Amino acid sequence: MLTCLLLPAIGCGGGGSDDLKVSAASSLKPALTALGGAQFSFAGSDQLAAQIRSGAKPDVFAAANTKLPDALHADGLVEKPVAFAGNRLVLAVAPNSKITKLSDLATPGVAVAMGSPSVPIGTYTEKVLSGLPASERAAIMHNVRSREPDVAGVIGKLTEGAVDAGFVYVTDVKAAGGKAKAIELPAALEPDVTYEAAVVKGSKQADKARAFINGLLSGKGAAALRRAGFAPPP
Amino acid sequence: MRPFAVVCGAALALAVAFLALPVVAVFADAAPRDLVSSLDDGAALDALRLSFECSAIALAIIVAVGTPAAWLLATRRFPGREVVVTIVELPLVMPPAVAGIGLLAALGPNGILGGITDRHLVLQTAGVVVALTFVSAPFYLRLAQAGFTAVDPALLEASRTLGAGEARTFARVAIPSARAALGAGAALAWGRALGEFGATLMFAGSFRGVTQTAPLAIYERFSTDLTAALALSAVLIAISAGLLLAVKLATRDAVG
Repeated sequence: MLTCLLLPAIGCGGGGSDDLKVSAASSLKPALTALGGAQFSFAGSDQLAAQIRSGAKPDVFAAANTKLPDALHADGLVEKPVAFAGNRLVLAVAPNSKITKLSDLATPGVAVAMGSPSVPIGTYTEKVLSGLPASERAAIMHNVRSREPDVAGVIGKLTEGAVDAGFVYVTDVKAAGGKAKAIELPAALEPDVTYEAAVVKGSKQADKARAFINGLLSGKGAAALRRAGFAPPP
Repeated sequence: MRPFAVVCGAALALAVAFLALPVVAVFADAAPRDLVSSLDDGAALDALRLSFECSAIALAIIVAVGTPAAWLLATRRFPGREVVVTIVELPLVMPPAVAGIGLLAALGPNGILGGITDRHLVLQTAGVVVALTFVSAPFYLRLAQAGFTAVDPALLEASRTLGAGEARTFARVAIPSARAALGAGAALAWGRALGEFGATLMFAGSFRGVTQTAPLAIYERFSTDLTAALALSAVLIAISAGLLLAVKLATRDAVG
């Protein structure tokens, strides 16, 4: 706080009270940090939604699915959500990995990381796996070593070499630079991944919050999302 | 004197109120019925069992290695002692995430000892024990060292004069004399291990029955079932409080 007062010229993320507070899905970190213009809190969308349910009041909630913002909207906790981006689920592996396709994950001894059942990346992953034959799905689930609370955990376990493969968004592979490569999933199994954002009810800067969300749909905001690998909203 | 006593009393009241409030709130929000039903959940029981087992193993390692190590730090002056003490205390002030990254960089498959450890620790139950040991060992070492330092040198001298060797003096005089401090250190270390979250998640991941300890299970429940999260929190608090109290009672008669 003191540092913020002493060093106003270089800007301070710690934030004065009039900074817009944005709770955003972990996968949005590279895009939104590059965009700036707000104070961000990144975590699994489910954790952020639970914080809002427990009374936390960020100005904007940006989630990696439509289900969580829609549920908060139905309960009167956020304004009507706006779809602002799309993403794609992929299988991330090390650059030199022998794994080339989804079915390779069923090989005994392969270590896999995926999202926990409540976080969007985990839900999407379970949806993909549910499209596989039961025996293949069981073999892959048998190789799962960790259910991470957010996608940052999944990509972290992969880049640290703790697992051979992880289900992440294509934007996470892009953000990992050369440390991971993406393997496309069969088109028939690919889930629809749509990101929604909403103004949290009770926000003292609702107008600014709405402008921030609108800003993600065009201009600089949209450009930052495209650069990070996000698709336009459907 | 009188105004000072009032200030001290007010300070203590403030400290107790502030520290007790979240605990009271957890129990106030978790209905007794939810407490019981939260234990019907297999995943919750798995998490509690894993937390108990891993923290008990970690504590056994800490006490076995930490007691003679603390004795040496308390009784010998050697070059670089201050550096050694600082290294031993460092995990106390390290954020858990830093501890997790450090453990990965040291003992992860790509770490400096990765050639030996490979994937035998990371995402394994043994990795949970490693993470718990790392973050909680300094609590025991710190208090054990202070306890040994406070042992009356005349007692130790008497023991040696009566012909007891160094090992016998350590076992029969030093340890019983420092019992209260050793007990308090063990209780703190155990409590810290039971509550460990960040380093465990980073190094050992989260998988039911293998690496998902109670704090990780609570975090997972927070987003889906706040009632279950509160109930499991209440159970963990009760167990931790019971452990702290039990250790305090077991070592009480040694306290002045």
